[in-house]
Amino acid sequence: MRTFVFLAVVVLAGTGGDLAVTHAMKQIGEVKSFSPRALLGVMWRALKSRWIWLGIALMTVAFFALLAVLTWAEVSFVVPATAANYVVGAVGAKFLLKERVSQTRWAGLLLVAAGVALVCAAR
Amino acid sequence: MPSSRNLLAKTIPLLIAVPIFGSLGNVLLGKGMRGMGKIPDLSFPSLAAYLLKILSSGWIWLGIGSLLIFFISYMLVLSWADYSYVMPVTAVGYVLAPLLAHIFLGEVVPGKRWAGAVFIFLGVAVVGRTPPSTTRQV
Repeated sequence: MRTFVFLAVVVLAGTGGDLAVTHAMKQIGEVKSFSPRALLGVMWRALKSRWIWLGIALMTVAFFALLAVLTWAEVSFVVPATAANYVVGAVGAKFLLKERVSQTRWAGLLLVAAGVALVCAAR
Repeated sequence: MPSSRNLLAKTIPLLIAVPIFGSLGNVLLGKGMRGMGKIPDLSFPSLAAYLLKILSSGWIWLGIGSLLIFFISYMLVLSWADYSYVMPVTAVGYVLAPLLAHIFLGEVVPGKRWAGAVFIFLGVAVVGRTPPSTTRQV
């Protein structure tokens, strides 16, 4: 039970962090120039965004929750289970970021999630 | 459509940089930390000394630099591309790891891992057929 609670935190905080960073970058807007000056400007705006810091905070929570769960649960169970990130992340992208996740993209996502689970399960 | 070609021209290099610098950073940090030995005890002075030792390692700084490049590339590509596109496509790193371990380190890669790599490769190919951005305003 404790393992599942922590795994849920790992997956939800991890994808939540990614979604927050994505939201921040979409607010900043499409980067069109890659000159050092332009990139510094983008980074400066990013550092001023609350969403970036929320994202980094959530990623930190996910990281420490993963470290914690690994102290008692099997790596060969925990790490493949984090492949759930792909599915949860796509659901979040669809409903929170309003991305259009087509059936083709879903098919590819599920293949990737299954593949990541397999790769991580093989020890 | 020239606009979608331009989009791919800047999306693809970043999608290659993300998994490479991400996994390179982790490997470098791992290499740096392996040379550190165990944490002696949890008192403040010995933790501070341990932290100083970590920060004096060249591998650690290379790892931090690599992860910084990873995160900046990730942020840049997400300024226009869908998260539901970037996330699966960058999983290609999981395919690279067993492949490189096999070629350069002569590691025996278990069959399950190759099977997983094939799944990921196919999945990335399928997601790659969808437009990188579905929310972009041109």
